[in-house]
Amino acid sequence: MTNSPLTPGITAGRLPEESYAAQFSDLHPVLDDHEALVAADRCYFCHDAPCMTACPTSIDVPLFIRQIMTGTPEAAAKTIFDQNILGGMCARVCPTETLCEEVCVREIAEGKPVEIGRLQRYATDALMAKGVHPYTRAEATGKTVAVVGAGPAGLAAAHRLAMKGHDVVMFDARPKSGGLNEYGIASYKAPDGYAQKEVDWLMQIGGITVETGKKLGDGLTLDGLKADYDAVFLAIGLAGVNALRAEGEDADGVLDAVDFISELRQAEDLSKLPVGRNVVVIGGGMTAVDAAVQAKLLGAQNVSMVYRRGRARMAASAFEQDLAASKGVQIFYNAAPVAVYGDGAVEEVEFEYTSEEGGSLKGTGETFRLPADQVFKAIGQTLDGAPEGIEITGGKIAVDAVGRTSIAGVWAGGDCASGGEDLTVTAVSEGRDAAEDIHAKLMEG
Amino acid sequence: MADLTSTFCGITSPNPFWLASAPPTDKEYNVRRAFEAGWGGVVWKTLGEEGPPVVNVNGPRYGAIHGADRRLLGLNNIELITDRPLEVNLEEMTRVKKDYPDRALIASVMVPCDADSWKNIIPRIAETGCDGFELNFGCPHGMAERGMGSAVGQVPEYIEMVTRWCKEATDLPVIVKLTPNITNVLYPAEAALRGGADAVSLINTINSITSVNLDAFSPEPMIDGKGTHGGYCGPAVKPIAMNMVAEIARNPATANLPISGIGGVTTWRDAAEFMALGAGNVQVCTAVMTYGFKIVEEMISGLSQYLDEKEMALADLVGKATPNVTDWQYLNLNHVTKAVINQDDCINCGRCYAACEDTSHQAIEMSPDRTFTVKDDECVACNLCVNVCPIEGCITMKTLEKGEMDERTGKPVGDYANWTTHPNNVAAVSAE
Ligand SMILES: Cc1cc2nc3c(=O)[nH]c(=O)nc-3n(C[C@H](O)[C@H](O)[C@H](O)COP(=O)(O)OP(=O)(O)OC[C@H]3O[C@@H](n4cnc5c(N)ncnc54)[C@H](O)[C@@H]3O)c2cc1C
Ligand SMILES: Cc1cc2nc3c(=O)[nH]c(=O)nc-3n(C[C@H](O)[C@H](O)[C@H](O)COP(=O)(O)O)c2cc1C
Ligand code: SF4
Ligand code: SF4
Ligand code: SF4
Repeated sequence: MTNSPLTPGITAGRLPEESYAAQFSDLHPVLDDHEALVAADRCYFCHDAPCMTACPTSIDVPLFIRQIMTGTPEAAAKTIFDQNILGGMCARVCPTETLCEEVCVREIAEGKPVEIGRLQRYATDALMAKGVHPYTRAEATGKTVAVVGAGPAGLAAAHRLAMKGHDVVMFDARPKSGGLNEYGIASYKAPDGYAQKEVDWLMQIGGITVETGKKLGDGLTLDGLKADYDAVFLAIGLAGVNALRAEGEDADGVLDAVDFISELRQAEDLSKLPVGRNVVVIGGGMTAVDAAVQAKLLGAQNVSMVYRRGRARMAASAFEQDLAASKGVQIFYNAAPVAVYGDGAVEEVEFEYTSEEGGSLKGTGETFRLPADQVFKAIGQTLDGAPEGIEITGGKIAVDAVGRTSIAGVWAGGDCASGGEDLTVTAVSEGRDAAEDIHAKLMEG
Repeated sequence: MADLTSTFCGITSPNPFWLASAPPTDKEYNVRRAFEAGWGGVVWKTLGEEGPPVVNVNGPRYGAIHGADRRLLGLNNIELITDRPLEVNLEEMTRVKKDYPDRALIASVMVPCDADSWKNIIPRIAETGCDGFELNFGCPHGMAERGMGSAVGQVPEYIEMVTRWCKEATDLPVIVKLTPNITNVLYPAEAALRGGADAVSLINTINSITSVNLDAFSPEPMIDGKGTHGGYCGPAVKPIAMNMVAEIARNPATANLPISGIGGVTTWRDAAEFMALGAGNVQVCTAVMTYGFKIVEEMISGLSQYLDEKEMALADLVGKATPNVTDWQYLNLNHVTKAVINQDDCINCGRCYAACEDTSHQAIEMSPDRTFTVKDDECVACNLCVNVCPIEGCITMKTLEKGEMDERTGKPVGDYANWTTHPNNVAAVSAE
């Protein structure tokens, strides 16, 4: 008997084997040459362009689009990479609808922005397809820097530091580098092993050694790193997850959404990855959407996403909510989990409707239950593994505008550090800026 | 629906839209389909002498300039006159004219510059039943090197001479097609008139190189590694053509000479503009080469609607704008306007600011919250911001009333006064 979306319980192979590739294919395929020229031509080359201001890495958008328009996408890519060495990944994963494209004057005027993200991908793909790396290292400075965490923040910092002539050693607890680019981003945003291809391309700068399977707090200590290196950059992301605080949440089948996604991202064969018939995702952010959509794409019959507040408060953008809805995910607003039921394994989740008064959330007393074989918790990640003695603010490592922590010689950036949204592009920008400051500090003499 | 029947130098056609002499009119098959599509007339592809016809290149013969989304803005060609035998063309013309008696069929002709050549061929062509002749003095490539086409059109004396020969050889109307590859279009136009021309048509194509292949280092279109200048036409040449039409229309000596307007006509609006400047009808080539014969339907419906809205007869449109084409020196220097930005329409792109700040008069202010406003005390009303603003109608020019203060000069707006009486003009005639 072959399985189908209707097969009860948690099982693999709910879809015909050949359909997985199409299910998980590129969400926004790359523009072809003609499409790119037409899309580029829509840009007005604004003065002091709002899109550039909205980009956390301040990419010169009008300039790179003009370079595409004149048939030099490689030059456009260089403009992008100068500001954002992970411009290729950002082109795929940035929620442009809340960043550059949100403020594009053509969005304001017509509700149809210049397709900045897709143009950025067109340019960066063109350059990377040539296999060239357009940067070389400055003369060796003899200084060494330890970067902890090989996600977007760590990679951006390492590249910039290597370019400045410093020797960088990058440590990561996981077996592969890339951070959430490799383990977190939805697979249809960066298919075909793009995250590793990008890391390999970035490493062509030289001067960066990667040591995977090395964890700060488990073998590595901050004091040790400080002693061995001239500077330390912490980019450890948010390795912990919040608890539901609902009765019965340790039942079998109740998982962290990030673990489900990471397993999915690392799966060799998606037809072998089990998924429930009835899946309930709890949370309202990007992680919740990604878990829900990918569960649906794996062949789950019913996927519900339940968020405790109203639609307007949801962290996932309208675009992402629409994406989820278009894939058949049902979204419930204003409902909080109260209990997980089941005999060993989860069978049902009970929710209570909520109302928000003056910012505080109250249960209305009315409840409902959703059948569930699998429950994914996506209610936020937390800082885990920050070194002792470092100042923490709002649950994150406290940093100033250039990434300096409370400990001299130690910088931090990306999701683990205070300030900025938890986005790939923000992590890149913080990594780059910290690298510049580290460089300035190391060269002081 | 307005009556579009047009009479041009005695030739009547159901509408003023003719196809210019070119590939669209090269043979019976095309012309029949053009007439079925609704074209009012055609100027048959230029006929040459009896005997072996000219040959065309066998590599690419067109080059192009494209705008956004590959919109074809300018076309360039190195094609010659018809490469089919004279006899075949004449037979086809005879058949077509018989089947479409209400349409204009004009024979375009180019033969060597001697009286016999012209006087022999004109009566022979007349036997087809054609309604008139167009003398091709325009072709800028290939034929000019053989002493024909623009080689004749660039020498007013030759134009006059050849036109006279043709007028002596026929009673049918003779239209002289002018080349734009000259210094002043009035010289050839006046020469045509002296020779007895019934009308002029213009423009033929402009000498041009549309692009250079930066790998092979040759002009395009490239034939075996080499290129040559070709004739430029299409939307890009319309402004040049319209100026030449207007110059002839407002020149007292040629004011009554009918003009067939050619050059970039693509829509009814282009046609209306040419006609307002003094063209009695228009001819179209590149637009049909781009979109096919069907566009004439839009031209017919558009021009009819316009004439209905204006409650104007077609004949009244012809030359309606000519009196308003003047010389710079007669423009009113006391007409003062100021750019005004409509804040509701403005999308804050800042293009007006960059243009005015970097290249004009530093007359636009940008506030920290990206509000753009015009400084009346700096604005010289050059119109650059209006032209670069991506939102049509967002920036307009407000005219100051007489007596109102011009904040830039600190003087109130005065009465009409032009350069001829301006104090800075050393040649000024004092206004008594
Ligand atoms: C499911 C999901 C989907 C997302 N989708 C998007 C999206 O579409 N667009 C977007 O812009 N952002 C998205 N984000 C957010 C984005 O992925 C992060 O903001 C970004 O990856 C942060 O980069 P980082 O370098 O700070 O951290 P991470 O990418 O988390 O990298 C941290 C690295 O540090 C390593 N590490 C952790 N602790 C230690 C330790 N103690 N010792 C050594 N190494 C350690 C980890 O293994 C990891 O490799 C998503 C996040 C998730 C969870
Ligand atoms: C390929 C091509 C061939 C042409 N051949 C002739 C010709 O044989 N005789 C002629 O008088 N004009 C010829 N012309 C010029 C056109 O009749 C017309 O004057 C010119 O193209 C401008 O009009 P347009 O902008 O509508 O194309 C030719 C134009 C093109 C594009
Ligand atoms: S805001 Fe839009 S139109 Fe303006 S420069 Fe940026 S992408 Fe181009
Ligand atoms: S009209 Fe010219 S001078 Fe006046 S604001 Fe516009 S660009 Fe500046
Ligand atoms: S160019 Fe037009 S739309 Fe852009 S800022 Fe100026 S007035 Fe506004």
